[in-house]
Amino acid sequence: MHPIRKKRLTIVLFLLAGVSVAVGLTTYALRQNINLFYDPSQIAEGEAPVDVRIRAGGMVEEGSVLRDPESLRVEFKVTDFTSSVLMEYTGILPDLFAEGQGVVAMGRLDGNGRFVADQVLAKHDENYMSPEVNEALEKAAGKRAAMSDAESESAVSY
Amino acid sequence: MWQIFHKLGSPKWFFGIASKLMPWLLWVGAAMLVAGIVWGLGFAPKDYLQGNSYRIIFIHVPAAFLAQSVYIMMAVAGLVTLVWRMKLADVFVRAVAPVGAILTFLALFTGAVWGKPTWGTWWIWDARLTSMLILLFLYFGVMALGAAISDEKSSARAVAVLVLVGVVNIPIIKYSVEWWNTLHQPATFKLTEKPSMPAEMWVPLLLSVLGLYLIFGWLACLRMQTEILVREGRTRWVKELVQARGN
Repeated sequence: MHPIRKKRLTIVLFLLAGVSVAVGLTTYALRQNINLFYDPSQIAEGEAPVDVRIRAGGMVEEGSVLRDPESLRVEFKVTDFTSSVLMEYTGILPDLFAEGQGVVAMGRLDGNGRFVADQVLAKHDENYMSPEVNEALEKAAGKRAAMSDAESESAVSY
Repeated sequence: MWQIFHKLGSPKWFFGIASKLMPWLLWVGAAMLVAGIVWGLGFAPKDYLQGNSYRIIFIHVPAAFLAQSVYIMMAVAGLVTLVWRMKLADVFVRAVAPVGAILTFLALFTGAVWGKPTWGTWWIWDARLTSMLILLFLYFGVMALGAAISDEKSSARAVAVLVLVGVVNIPIIKYSVEWWNTLHQPATFKLTEKPSMPAEMWVPLLLSVLGLYLIFGWLACLRMQTEILVREGRTRWVKELVQARGN
């Protein structure tokens, strides 16, 4: 390669490396702000501020959804399989809300470790399946799975 | 190898090759894209959880994929502009920047339309969505900077530097869903694993992605030819070409 071109290439590569390091350090320093939500372990460790509007997210724990029959109030536990946090929400839940599905909620932590949400968003995972395959999988999983499916079905149709 | 590389720098040579390639790119690409989209929208099975609304991926994923690939191609062209001062590389960047911007917009728009029924919101400032929006602004920036400097050579260099600086955003988009907590789900397709999707869904998706790549290739050739004609309007070969076509 021509020496001038070699020199230019080195300069450009240095430029790219420099920009990458700068952006890398910036995003690393801001990681807490870039994270969309706190997970239950972070809340359990006290990393999340109390009584400040924050987002919290995780998986809705199986069998934890309690609905108030008189109003739209719902209580459920959100878990990351290490810790879990109790959430309270009044309003219409998104269609995809179900036990075993991901959610991201906006709200405030009260002093007792309860999360009072004013908005609940469903988080979809990266898995896609046809309804027939899902049915077959559930049949294979036996009666227990079929029962919890019936429960989550009723939660969806609510 | 170097000889081909230097030949590539000749606009006249490229013009001829592009003319030969374009019908293939267009027809094969259009056939694959139409097949993929018709199959995906009309015949692929529903998703067990989302029902029919997941079908937007047959447009969203190809657009998002291409939007990022186009930027990487532009960055390679930017490197070539800076190091080898090849005019054709700059022609490529100018020609494809608006195409990339449209694809990025399409990805953002279809994502929002899907997000409303699935997540419950049109937009959220999570890392994936925000970095994709930055990509859109980078495309706008490249177009604006290119148009703002009238001197061809300094304009080419300025645009190339901007494109190269912006390429840092691409790995951020790609890994945003793994590095941070986001509402956007992680990738369904990974190079190392089987897709977490049945074949009746990923085959049409793959078809539409490949089809869109070819269509993009056709569009890039077409737009580069136009740009070459504008820039080389005074040279003899262009005049001869115009006369030959005119008759």
